[in-house]
Amino acid sequence: MANVIRRQTPAARLLRAVLYSVLIIAGLFYILPLVVMLMTSIKPLSEISAGTLLSLPQNPTLEPWTKAWGEACTGMRCEGVGGYFWNSFAIVIPAVLISTTVGALNGYALTKWRFKGSELVFALMLFGCFIPFQVVLLPMAQTLGWLGLSSSRAGLILVHVVFGIAFTTLFFRNFYVGIPNELVSAAKLDGAGFFRIFWRILLPVSAPIIVVSVIWQFTQIWNDFLFGVAFSAHNTQPVTVALNNLVNTSTGVREYNVDMAAAMMIAALPTLLVYVLAGKYFVRGLTAGSVKG
Amino acid sequence: MAALEIHNVRKEFGNERVLKDVSISIDSGEFLILVGPSGCGKSTLMNAIAGLEPVTSGNIYIDGEDVTWRTPAERDIAMVFQSYALYPSMTVRQNISFGLEMRKVPKAERVAAVERVADLLQIFPLLERKPAQLSGGQRQRVAMGRALAREPKVYLFDEPLSNLDAKLRVDMRTEIKKLHQRLGTTIVYVTHDQVEAMTLADCIAVMRDGHILQLGSPDEVYNNPVDMFVAGFMGSPSMNFIRATLEAAGDGYALRIATPDEDNVLLPWPSERNAAGLVEQLNKPIILGLRPEHFSEEDVRLSEQAEGTLMEAKVSVVEPTGADILLRLPLGEQEITARVGPKCAIAPGERLSLRVDMARAVLFDAETEKRLA
Ligand SMILES: Nc1ncnc2c1ncn2[C@@H]1O[C@H](COP(=O)(O)OP(=O)(O)O)[C@@H](O)[C@H]1O
Ligand SMILES: [Mg+2]
Repeated sequence: MANVIRRQTPAARLLRAVLYSVLIIAGLFYILPLVVMLMTSIKPLSEISAGTLLSLPQNPTLEPWTKAWGEACTGMRCEGVGGYFWNSFAIVIPAVLISTTVGALNGYALTKWRFKGSELVFALMLFGCFIPFQVVLLPMAQTLGWLGLSSSRAGLILVHVVFGIAFTTLFFRNFYVGIPNELVSAAKLDGAGFFRIFWRILLPVSAPIIVVSVIWQFTQIWNDFLFGVAFSAHNTQPVTVALNNLVNTSTGVREYNVDMAAAMMIAALPTLLVYVLAGKYFVRGLTAGSVKG
Repeated sequence: MAALEIHNVRKEFGNERVLKDVSISIDSGEFLILVGPSGCGKSTLMNAIAGLEPVTSGNIYIDGEDVTWRTPAERDIAMVFQSYALYPSMTVRQNISFGLEMRKVPKAERVAAVERVADLLQIFPLLERKPAQLSGGQRQRVAMGRALAREPKVYLFDEPLSNLDAKLRVDMRTEIKKLHQRLGTTIVYVTHDQVEAMTLADCIAVMRDGHILQLGSPDEVYNNPVDMFVAGFMGSPSMNFIRATLEAAGDGYALRIATPDEDNVLLPWPSERNAAGLVEQLNKPIILGLRPEHFSEEDVRLSEQAEGTLMEAKVSVVEPTGADILLRLPLGEQEITARVGPKCAIAPGERLSLRVDMARAVLFDAETEKRLA
């Protein structure tokens, strides 16, 4: 795109300038809330009440951060959100791994080992992508009760896996449809079975879609609030729920700086980080199917 | 014993009948070619032989054993696919030895097999490359190498050359023929290219719409086609089909070709080729099949049929191919193609006297298109 040949007339240059200004303004517009949050989170409380939202911090301090992490009150307890941060990881990591693995196997089976009704199975799974979370809260609570997983970390993981599979299956199914069936036929003739073909032939070329699935699932599950608040106890709560409790705790003065520190940095940082690190592959993975053919 | 025997195989996809009662038997070491237009069921038959698709009914035997319900791995077959289907994440070496590894062949033997194949196909410099780093021709070689690494009972090739450019295709064709002569393996080879079929096969099966129309040696299929489809499909340019009427002439028969502007052409039918069914066709329309090379200029003496039958026609188009010249001549209702020597000096519009080799002509029923004589 950088090498488009075009004569640089003054009009074209002006147009270009306008284009860049619009883009820069739009960019600022999007980044502003983030900047305000970051600034607020490092201001002492006195500065917040005195100044305006956009005034730069005069005496930056990390104290709100340490407080948010270790001392802030979430409901009755005053232990900060640090512990819940690890809770979230303990839920997200297994849930992402399991749902991605199951989605990959589903996508593989649905495309390379078709059976009677496999299209119907896929259509039904797709349906799962459109079911609103709220609809399943009650039946899910009951199911978890039957399974003896109420309020447990394992229960929450199960819920996220069940919900995630619809999406991960869709991702992998659409990716594997683009991989020629003859590869699988050749491997069958070579004597490889179901899992061996998956492991040796399909998985090594699946990196782009694995990245997509992991980022998607990580973001979804890390950001989840509804399931977290519905199916967890105080010691298994994810950080999103703790954050809500922190912000809503009404004892004493409202510490905006602590709220912001907890909210943006602690709760949002991991997903941002995942995207920054793997975002390039995310975009590549989403378009991989169409390019390869 | 037959290396591969296919017994009344049928295959249906839902309501679509793709293979309709196919039976074939080939001996060990034979090179069988399945040829037919696109969509006639060649790949489906190959997949059935390989065990990649279950058959609807019928049986498949390899080396006398019924393998109809065995998995592809249990059949001891290797296949080369049209798209090559090389494992993209593996190097050429890994591609070639994968099948051996799956069959738990010890490492040392696998290395030896790769060396043998690499030597056979001259792909040593490619061994550490990934498929994406290979050209089309090199991929084709590696795909063959992968099949040759194991020594299975039957090799299947599904249009292995159709993705190559013309020059490379001819080279690889020769190479495959050499390989077969050297290794003496049983090969079933699918193509829609009749030249490939003629040059490679010990035995050709011509398919159409899920049927095998004719199974025979290249010579039989070419010179003794069972119907107009086979006759027209094999050979390039294809056989001329000339509408004629069968008449009695003396003890035997003659063929009258109606021409609007002049005298009809009358070609006597050689008496030694009289067939029983011909008498019923007397005075009825019939199709005379003559290949372009069954015509020659008048002064060239035909080897066997020194007499030949003379026929005169006006030339409409002259197409020199280098090795010979193709002439287009209107004859009756149709335009025929004749192949004459490269020295023939003739211009479009001139009249030419041609010798017709009736001893090699064939007759077809005008309605059923089946062979009569
Ligand atoms: N899996 C399938 N499902 C339905 N129809 C199929 C399937 N595979 C092949 N066919 C049909 O079978 C016919 C023969 O196909 P194929 O064997 O691939 O032909 P060829 O290899 O001779 O070109 C085609 O009409 C095709 O549409
Ligand atoms: Mg085919």
